[in-house]
Amino acid sequence: MQPASETIAARRPGRLSRSAEPARRNFGDKAWAGLLVVLGAAVCVVALVIVFALCKVSWGVIERTGLFSFILNSQWDVVRDIYGALPFIYGTLVTSLVALIIALPVSIGLALFLTEMSPPSVRSVVSFPIGLLAGIPSVVFGLWGLFVLVPVLRTKVDPFLAKTLGFLPIFQGPTVGLGYLAAGVILAIMILPTITSISIEVLRTVPLSLREAALALGATRWEAIRMAVLPYARAGILGATILGLGRALGETMAVTMVIGNSPTISGSLFAPGYSLPAVIANEFAEASGDLHTGALAALGLILFGVTLLLNVAARMLVRLSTRGPVRGAA
Amino acid sequence: MKKFRVATLSVLALAAAVPALAAGKMLITGAGATFPFPLYSKWFSDYNKLHPDVQINYQSIGSGGGIKQITEKTVDFGASDAPLTDEELAKAPGIQHIPTVLGAVVVVFNLPGVTHLKFTPETLAGIYLGKIAKWNDPAIARDNAGAKLPDSTITVVHRSDGSGTTYVWTDYLSKVSPDWKSGPGTGKSVNWPVGLGGKGNEGVTGVVKQTEGAIGYVELAYANQNKLAPAELKNHAGAWVKPSLESVSQSAAAVEMPDDYRVSITDPTGKEAYPISSFTYLLIYKDQPDPAKGQALLQFLWWAVHDGEKSASALDYAPLPKSVVHKVEGTLKKMTVQGKAVLATSK
Repeated sequence: MQPASETIAARRPGRLSRSAEPARRNFGDKAWAGLLVVLGAAVCVVALVIVFALCKVSWGVIERTGLFSFILNSQWDVVRDIYGALPFIYGTLVTSLVALIIALPVSIGLALFLTEMSPPSVRSVVSFPIGLLAGIPSVVFGLWGLFVLVPVLRTKVDPFLAKTLGFLPIFQGPTVGLGYLAAGVILAIMILPTITSISIEVLRTVPLSLREAALALGATRWEAIRMAVLPYARAGILGATILGLGRALGETMAVTMVIGNSPTISGSLFAPGYSLPAVIANEFAEASGDLHTGALAALGLILFGVTLLLNVAARMLVRLSTRGPVRGAA
Repeated sequence: MKKFRVATLSVLALAAAVPALAAGKMLITGAGATFPFPLYSKWFSDYNKLHPDVQINYQSIGSGGGIKQITEKTVDFGASDAPLTDEELAKAPGIQHIPTVLGAVVVVFNLPGVTHLKFTPETLAGIYLGKIAKWNDPAIARDNAGAKLPDSTITVVHRSDGSGTTYVWTDYLSKVSPDWKSGPGTGKSVNWPVGLGGKGNEGVTGVVKQTEGAIGYVELAYANQNKLAPAELKNHAGAWVKPSLESVSQSAAAVEMPDDYRVSITDPTGKEAYPISSFTYLLIYKDQPDPAKGQALLQFLWWAVHDGEKSASALDYAPLPKSVVHKVEGTLKKMTVQGKAVLATSK
């Protein structure tokens, strides 16, 4: 900082006599900086206004039941004005987790293949449909899920899983096709393009010299990827995962069409469930009475909170993982 | 080039003429139920052809939204599938319900090799309560002697979105089953003891069509348009009835109508009446604040319950029975614009 200001100060005297030009440029800089601050603040203000509005609408319900019992109650009975958010929180987390477990290995593998191994001609052919996948509206995913994926799950995949992995509690119970697993698979397909395309960009930033160094030391291609490329790209890939997770948590239409929409908590992935955004979308239009509307707004607030918590956790993970290799090197 | 200029000029002339026309028009706005929207939009366009100076805009945003908007008076009329609750009515004093047509809820199912089924009210409630879980349960078999009923689980399907259809369905189940009444109860969304939720009529139909052994409920109009074969039900009088526009209209004929029309007509007493049907309503204030708009709105309603009813059947809505139309005539004549009755003198 010190040397930079010194150089500016050293240059100034020569130009001062000519005109007030630097002062004018200063004004421009200030105006520009001010504009940027306003724009930056606007984002925060919008987020705060949303939180404030949600709090205001949901206040009645939270005051009546208490925030913690609202979160921990698993009963949702509109007729008797009993509202509990647990089945929806559970459903949102479980489906997003299933989506990540399926999508992450596929995305990273795809990104590695496209950046490290495939010839450029294959890369352009394969990346086009990935981009296309990202542009398909979620309701189309939902319809496809209901008419194509769910029958396949019910008649083929679910029975197969029950037969081979049926000793695990998550693959037990009757197979209807609609449920956590169907929602997770749909979400996996939806977040796959997000994670893949960002991972590709991240892997492209890995310096060629790192790969060359690893290969020169006698590493195989896989060793070079594992020891040189992936550690360098780890933070970026985590970031891509967070973006994918964000989409999975907030997805509404596609999930509600295949999750079964039953506000229950079940250990089996075959069972029907419900998710936070789905219940808001389903019930808000016909919500009658302040308590019902308030309860739905409170669910929105919880979704906001869940997203925030996961983002913070992921950011801390990124920070930890980027510190890792540096410490190792030192 | 010349042609182009002529074209441009005529477009400009048109553009200038449109606002001039629009200025002479009266715009009435409404919002609410999605169920009667196809019929309403036909009514509004037919009425506009007869009275080019009256244009009615309707947003089908759902009954809940319609009730909110008419309560806040941001629209000239609202529309709802379920009558207002006492609590809602207290917030919007002076609202009059005007029944327009009837809708019905039918039971659809998917059993390979079975095209026709009959259900008693007790059986339906038992299935939706989860007490009857298999298709070959004696309660179902008793009424369906010829049908080959498998020993498989019944997959119960209901609406996941809050809807008037669910309200009518649960209202019926509450009337025929004390267990349902003390359990899930009546509402646009209830706490279902068993089953899967599908979004909208199309969601329920989609799940039923794809799942062997599924049972669900959808609107009669939707079932007719999609060629679904609905089940036959036993009505209050003990007769088996198929859902049809006639049997639905019959269900309203037998019920004694209160002045505010807030009445449930499920499980009616008539011998030919289909048991799960309901009115859909327009909601307007008894005393209209705007003289021109108020008069136009009342005249439109008069037209709707007389000439409008004729186009209902073609769109799969059951028209109001004569007795109800007669009662609505009386109600409309009593309604006022700035304190003065309008229709009483002209009709």
